Amino acid sequence: MKVLVPVKRVVDYNVKVRVKSDGSGVDIANVKMSMNPFDEIAIEEAVRLKEKGVATEVIAVSCGVSQCTETLRTAMAIGADRAILVESAEELQPLAVAKILKALMDKEQPGLVILGKQAIDDDCNQTGQMLAALCDRPQATFASKVEVADGQATVTREVDGGSETLTLSLPAIITTDLRLNEPRYVTLPNIMKAKKKQLDTYSPADLGVDVTPRIKTLKVVEPAARSAGIKVADVATLVEKLRNDAKVI
Amino acid sequence: MTSLVVAEHDNAGIKPSTLNTITAAVQCGGEVHVLIAGHNAAAAAAAAAAVAGVAKVIHADSAAFANGLAENVTAQVVSMASAYSHILFPATAVGKNIAPRVAAKLDVAQISDITKVESPDTFERPIYAGNAIATVQSGDAIKVITVRTTGFDAAASLGGSAAVETPVAQSASADVSFLRSEIARNDRPELTAAKIIVSGGRALGSNEKFMEIMTPLADKLGAAMGASRAAVDAGYAPNDWQVGQTGKIVAPQLYIACGISGAIQHLAGMKDSKVIVAINKDAEAPIFSVADYGLEADLFAAVPELVAAL
Repeated sequence: MKVLVPVKRVVDYNVKVRVKSDGSGVDIANVKMSMNPFDEIAIEEAVRLKEKGVATEVIAVSCGVSQCTETLRTAMAIGADRAILVESAEELQPLAVAKILKALMDKEQPGLVILGKQAIDDDCNQTGQMLAALCDRPQATFASKVEVADGQATVTREVDGGSETLTLSLPAIITTDLRLNEPRYVTLPNIMKAKKKQLDTYSPADLGVDVTPRIKTLKVVEPAARSAGIKVADVATLVEKLRNDAKVI
Repeated sequence: MTSLVVAEHDNAGIKPSTLNTITAAVQCGGEVHVLIAGHNAAAAAAAAAAVAGVAKVIHADSAAFANGLAENVTAQVVSMASAYSHILFPATAVGKNIAPRVAAKLDVAQISDITKVESPDTFERPIYAGNAIATVQSGDAIKVITVRTTGFDAAASLGGSAAVETPVAQSASADVSFLRSEIARNDRPELTAAKIIVSGGRALGSNEKFMEIMTPLADKLGAAMGASRAAVDAGYAPNDWQVGQTGKIVAPQLYIACGISGAIQHLAGMKDSKVIVAINKDAEAPIFSVADYGLEADLFAAVPELVAAL
């Protein structure tokens, strides 16, 4: 069984982005870029499935600019066997990415696609569910445990108040939540090995996908800042302030 | 122009998030209909019909909807979609699971987590953990939207008298089945609807300490309990307590952060709270930059003292 894992190159989670002064977007020139953290969890899970003998091949995919090859090399250093870059300089919105992934699913016929639940740049939380819809396959989002046997995936999902467990027939789409696993550290020998692994490049047109954005960003602004508060000396002052000034208790 | 709100409900009633979503739907203009896709959910349908501003409730009843499986609910929504200009879901674990599936089936974009309706096709939404606010315009015929509940007031749960229709329910998908759920019993207010939230961070050090220190404070204030991503990651608190960019977005009247440093991703989830209190022994912790009242102290002493003083 092949496992396909889409990975996104995003602004590193530690970077506080700045809004451009002309309101056209955020300034991501010269900021640190990394693999989306939930996608790292997705790659880790796929590699573990391979180590357990459940998966035969792990294929990492990234859609975007040519620098996404760095993200794909990281995925291969974690343990993906090969990678596919679908290169486009255009803004790729979730529906377009889902259509690209659908085309790759048709080509590669994976038993599972594991994606991060959400990218930490646009915070959309859409692509996995959209891919499942386009392929008309079952989905398990926000996964905290995945078991695959006998053509089925049994997935425990994080829901409000606890968890629920679903059984999906393969091929299926899974999106990862925080507690699914803890991704391994990438070692230097594996980084070296990853440089030699196969990486194929396509364009969206090669795959017959129209990636024209459906949503137009009119402007981007800074959020309203909170006015600075005060430090209180002790618990008694805090309680007094909450009772008499803020009146919230 | 008519909007459809896909309700979050537990068959017995509707969740508070549905009320905020109805308000967003009203702001899109036109009539508002509410879909209750459930099983033996007449009580939820009746509750939806009583909400002010709702013109019609569509109550689709089938065992296929008993557990809210995305595949089955999507089929129901898609079968009705052509009658609507807007289809709105609360941006909760339930809504986020289904909305993109509906959008892709309709070949339209989905607009996530809107916090403001500017016009029927233009919306505000936070990006980059709320460090930027984007105004976006959709060119699609049907707008599929998830609504950040903290961005909209709750619609009045009484005052409406909508008609309830019962359409033929769509059949269930054969590719997915519900095995079981493990829901912890919880008498506390729901995190996203709570007036007061007490939240703990990694400084608590263990699950035992987290519960020992934080529970009495929550009990005293009748508060919901939250946690930072670091505390959830370390196993000190359950995942659904996570407040932040990738967890829950909350805006209570009072948010008390104990031993939380205030990473970008945490602030994204709570900085719209009315009053923020931070208790942290690190004077340089970024949480103090958003706190109305900061107390520089060891939480293991300060929190019990606070409990005693309340």
